[in-house]
Formats: sequence, structure tokens, C-alpha cells
Amino acid sequence: MTHADPVGVLTGAHFLDGDHAACEGAICAGARFSAGYPITPSTEVVERFSSRAPKIGATFIQMEDELAASIAILGAVWGGVKAFTVTSGPGFSLMMEHIGYAAMTETPCVFIDVQRGGPSTGLPTLPAQADMMQVKWGSHGDYEIIALCPNSPQECFDLTIKAFNLSEKYRVPVFVMMDEVVGHMTEKVVIPRAEEIEVEPRHFTHKDKSSFQLYAPVGEEQTPEMAKAGDGYKLHVTGLTHDERGYPNMTPAVQERMVKRLVTKIRDNVEKISITEQNEIEGADVVVVSYGITSRVAQRAVELARAKGLKVGTLRLITAWPFPDHIIRAIAPKVKGFVVAELNLGQMVREVERAVAGKCKVTLVGHAGGTVHKPEQILKAIEEVAR
Amino acid sequence: MSTPICIQNAPENPVESFLRTDRMPHIWCPGCGIGTTVNCFTRALIDSKTDLDKLSIVSGIGCTGRVAGYVNLDSFHTTHGRAIPFATGLKLASPEMNVVVYSGDGDLFAIGGNHLIHAARRNVDLKVICVNNLTYAMTGGQTGPATPLDVITSTAPYGTYDPAFNLPYLVEAAGAVYVARWTTFHVRQLAKSMAEMFKKKGFCFIEVVSPCPTLYQRRNKMGDALDTMKFYKDVSKVKHGALTSEVGLSKSGEIIVGKFVDRERPDFETMMKAHLESSLGDKYIPAEVPTCS
Amino acid sequence: MARGSVSIVVERCKACGFCVEFCPSKVLALSDAFNSKGYHPPHAVNPDKCSGCDLCGMYCPDFAIHGYRPGKADAAEVAEEEKEAQ
Repeated sequence: MTHADPVGVLTGAHFLDGDHAACEGAICAGARFSAGYPITPSTEVVERFSSRAPKIGATFIQMEDELAASIAILGAVWGGVKAFTVTSGPGFSLMMEHIGYAAMTETPCVFIDVQRGGPSTGLPTLPAQADMMQVKWGSHGDYEIIALCPNSPQECFDLTIKAFNLSEKYRVPVFVMMDEVVGHMTEKVVIPRAEEIEVEPRHFTHKDKSSFQLYAPVGEEQTPEMAKAGDGYKLHVTGLTHDERGYPNMTPAVQERMVKRLVTKIRDNVEKISITEQNEIEGADVVVVSYGITSRVAQRAVELARAKGLKVGTLRLITAWPFPDHIIRAIAPKVKGFVVAELNLGQMVREVERAVAGKCKVTLVGHAGGTVHKPEQILKAIEEVAR
Repeated sequence: MSTPICIQNAPENPVESFLRTDRMPHIWCPGCGIGTTVNCFTRALIDSKTDLDKLSIVSGIGCTGRVAGYVNLDSFHTTHGRAIPFATGLKLASPEMNVVVYSGDGDLFAIGGNHLIHAARRNVDLKVICVNNLTYAMTGGQTGPATPLDVITSTAPYGTYDPAFNLPYLVEAAGAVYVARWTTFHVRQLAKSMAEMFKKKGFCFIEVVSPCPTLYQRRNKMGDALDTMKFYKDVSKVKHGALTSEVGLSKSGEIIVGKFVDRERPDFETMMKAHLESSLGDKYIPAEVPTCS
Repeated sequence: MARGSVSIVVERCKACGFCVEFCPSKVLALSDAFNSKGYHPPHAVNPDKCSGCDLCGMYCPDFAIHGYRPGKADAAEVAEEEKEAQ
């Protein structure tokens, strides 16, 4: 771990919306390249970056579409810099192929999805949390990613830094799953001093050219070291199934070895990667699971429930992926049930149900999107489960 | 029964040091012209004295896209049609790199068409080598945007009826500063063009017409690769500076080759830096060359 | 005494015939021999005529042949001289 480069760190207290805060988070994390394409409600992230970039030694380019943006950032990463792109639903769908390419080639990078009502063009200016399954399963094939869900502009700043750090540690694309409310709400955002901001540097190899292998796993995280073009390593990066040298090797044996490692490097490290906020789980009858903006509405519902004497705990998913099975499995036998509140018609609830494996009730408080829940909707579900 | 001569202790084939010899033999068919273009590429790199550590090659998907996997350079085998935007990101992040895009007609002009015209418009400093075998070869010989009229393909079993792009015309119109076309017959001229291109800043494009004897030529009863090379020799006309609007290809008509466009205009990075400097003055901090620290 | 020679990597050859056809001095012909893939690799039938220009090497899509001038390491250099001489 090192600390943020002071160039670009706007230390102080700011009044920013989530989109702007996310941009500052990327800059503090060391991002020096972004390629974007305009799409509501995410555009402000790159608009701000386009303005900040030339003053901090970074480069911004607006590409011709999201297909181009999502791979231009990967090119920049292999050129040696930290890079990110930003989008919303329809653009996210276009980026799926390159998300798979990033996962396959183990290219560290960050994608910010400011979720909006869908499907298709949907509600460009209104919130939803309906890309949660897509972020995990949207590209073809077996792979794992990490996804973080901020619930405030401050968290948009903090978790974007976290996203970059996780991407470098695990050589994996990491997603910041914002939503239109969190992206467009303006709150106090404190940006610390550069030396207080922890930044994971890229794990560039120091091995010599004859022995370095771009896809040979090292260390506990089972993640290979990184390199960049221009240093004489004669790298080969391909989306074809490849061996430790990076050379295409399209056989079942290599497929098994390679794909399993792509998956296990995240799955085996779930407990290390998971970040949750838990409150009064001990002795609870009902646990409310939520993430992003919905967690703030849920908080109100929980307060109301507790005021009625109900024993309610909260589990806020800060990392939604990899899903923290271990936490759910530990809680399930001790409670009457979970209430899962999300701004979709049932996505992360499926993960909760899967992990619960029938040991207690799981109730969804869904929402088609367009605005946030009313606390009463969540309170009603809590009361029903508590009965 | 005679035995061919194999001379020990001969000096190495110049292409050899450019190959990932642990991956030979390659997958290209007998008579495929892609390997020929790699020889020209090699010679061009040697002649232009390009720093090989600072050269990256980016390719898409298809037979030509496989070039990236066979050359011993920093090489990136990306997704179908998206070599150019990947290369744009790579070039902008590390401007000291010389970035070559090596891909095929379908990859660059159909699925990748939008990216091609925008990179040419911006004049991103990329060197694009397009091997045009007039088809989607890897997937079995389907119609592509460069397939001429009246040609049988696997998706046009009764012959094509939609016209092809004229590749040099399109690329010139989009803004490329260097546009040339050769065939795989014109090995020396192709190598020279490539060497010239490596020294030029801006969006440069070379179309190399190449046989696909297994699919394109076979389905159209045009003989084998050697017949095709002889055909190129017979019907090619060298016309440097020809109007690109007049160099469209047809099934069996003449093939105009040569250097069509060689002009000057500032490349994207130069324009970006100049503009930001003039707008921001000393507040402008240009991006640093990335290091491994 | 020929000015040049060819070196053939028999196992890489796919007998496309480019080197035979485009050698300016008609040095080569496909042999009756087989490599392990069943192709007839070329051989020098007029070795004395070889100038070491390496056009064969430039054409070969399989990197299976190259021409050189003994004593000159760089075939490109030879080709340049060849061109200047014309």
C-alpha cells in the first residue's frame, strides 16, 4: 500500500454530488486516464474528469460509443496507467463484451455504473438498482468480479478509491454500482490529506524478461503480477483461453486451470474482500438486507420497527459481489427471516435465498424503479417476518 | 526422389527473431498471404530501425488478427472490431509507443468500422495494416464489407448483390494522412510502404490485398493461391497518387496499387496538447510517461 | 559459383509455390520429397543462379525459406545491393 499522489487531491470539505465525488475518488486513487461516452445520469463523472484531467497530468477522451470507451481504458491500462469508465444501463449492456475481456485478460480497471430505470432506454433520469445481476453475469462465460455499492456521495468518493485498490490487488475489473439518487444527491464530502489516503499500487513485476509470466499466479491472492507495454517483456495478451505465458492454448486442460483460477482468486478470498455494515444482528428476529440508496430508506424503516419494540438487525452490502454467503449462512439459523429491500423486482434477494438455503424466511421488498421505497413498505415486511 | 537442401550454419532468416518460434507452425492455410505480409512487416521494422521495445501490435479477431500472437513484440489480441479503440487508449497512455494495428477487412470495416472512421477523423497516431482477403476467413468465408459484387460466399450462396466499400477512399475521406494499397505480390513495395508509415505521425493505413485460397478463391473457382498471386501480378497497376475514389476493387478487374495519400495534419495528441496548453497556460500538466514505480 | 544460397526449413513448407514462381533466377522447383505433413518442399535445381536476393524469403507465408549471400548476414542488405545494381 502507498498513499495518494498529492497532485489532484483536493483536501478539504466539499459539497458535492455522488457523480462528482466518484470522479474525485478516481483521481485520488491514481486514475490518470478515462474514456467515456455521455449517458444520463453518469455523464457528470467524466465531464468533471475532462475538466480536471489536464491540470493533473491525466488524459480524457470521449469515444464514439461505449464499446470503444470500455476497451480504450483497457488499452490505457496496458500502457501503464490506472483507468476507468463510467456509464448507465444501456451503455453498461454495450460494455459487456469488454468486461469479459478485462476479466479474461486480468486487466485491472474500474467501471462506474450509475444505475437508472430500465430495461432498455427506461427512465434515464430516475433511479433503479436493476443492474445488480448484470454486473455479475452480464458477460458470457465463467468469471468473477467485485462490485461495491455506495449509499452517499462520501461513499462514492471512498468506495471508488476502494474499487481501484481491489482491482490492482486482484487484477480484476471492479464495479462501483451507484444509482441515480446517490449520483445526483449533494452532500458533504470530506477529502482527506493525500498521505491519509491508502492507494494500492499496480503490482508491476520486477522479474527479468526471461522468467516473467504474465499469467502465472503468485501469492495468497493467486493473482499474477502485472506489466506494461514498452518494457521489453514482449507481452502477449489475448481473450482466447491461454496458459501462464499468455499464449493461446485452447484445450480443456488449460481451460479448466485458467477459468478456475479466474473464479477462485475471488471466491476463495470472499471473506477478505467482503465489506458489510452490520447493526444489532445479535439477538435480532429480522435482519434487513439492503445496499445503495435503499439502505437509507431501510434505515428509517428499521428505526420505526425498533420503536415498536421489534428486534431488527441490518446488514448493508457494501460489496454486493462476491456475495457474502458466509455472513448470511451464519445469521440464517438464528433469525426468523431476512427482509431484502432493493430497487428492482428481485435480484440480490436471490443470492440471499440461495445462501439461506431454506433455513429461514426471505421476503423481498421490491420496486420497479423510478423513485425510492417508502419506509412504510419496508416496515410492513419487517412486521410480517417478525410475526 | 530428390531431397531438398537444408543448409546448416546459414545466417538466420530475418523474420525468425520476430517470431514467437515456440508457437510455430502458424494456423494459416497453404498459400494464405498473411504470412507474406509478416515478412514485409519484419523487413520494414528492420529498415526503419524501429525500437522494438517501444512497438506494440494490436489486432482484432480473424485470421489476420492472429498475427499478434505470432510476433515477438508486446502484442494484444483484442475483441472483434475493437483493436483501434484499444490501440487509441494504449497510445494515449504511453505516447512514446509506436502502435501498429494489424487486422482484417471484416474486423476493421464492418464491426470495427465506426472506430476506424473516428480514429482517422481524430488522426490518432496509429499505423493500420489491413489485410484484405475480401472475406471473413476465420469463420468460413462469409460476405464482408470489402467483398466485391457477384462473388459467392458462404452467406451469399447465389452471389453478392451489395457493393463493397472502397477501403482507401473511405479511410481518406475519414481523415487518414497516409493511405496505400499493395497486394501480397508486391512484397518489396509493401515493406517500403510499411517502413515509410512507421516514420509518419498520424493515422496511417495500408490495405494489402491477399489470397484466401481455401474459401474466397475456392468458392469462386479462381484457382489456388499461386494463381491468385499471378492474377495480382497481371491486373495490378501502380498508380501513385491515384484518386482513391477510382480505386475500388471488383471480382476480376484491375487492382490499382500504390501510395495514394501522403499528407500532413497534426495528430490527435499534438492537437490535444497544443490546445490544452493554449487554454490553460501553466496550469496545464501534460500526462507523464508511465513507469513501473 | 553462385553468389547466394537458400536455406529451407523443410517441415514448415506447405508447397504453395510462391518461391518457385517468383524467384527471378528460377533457382527453385518443388521436389519429389515429402515433409512429415505430406507437402513437397522446394529444392534448388539451379543453385548456381542464386543471387541471395531473398525474394523467396519475402514471399514465403510459412517462413520456410530464405535466401542469403554467404558472408553477408543481412538479406535485406543483399536485396538493397541487388536493387542498386539494377
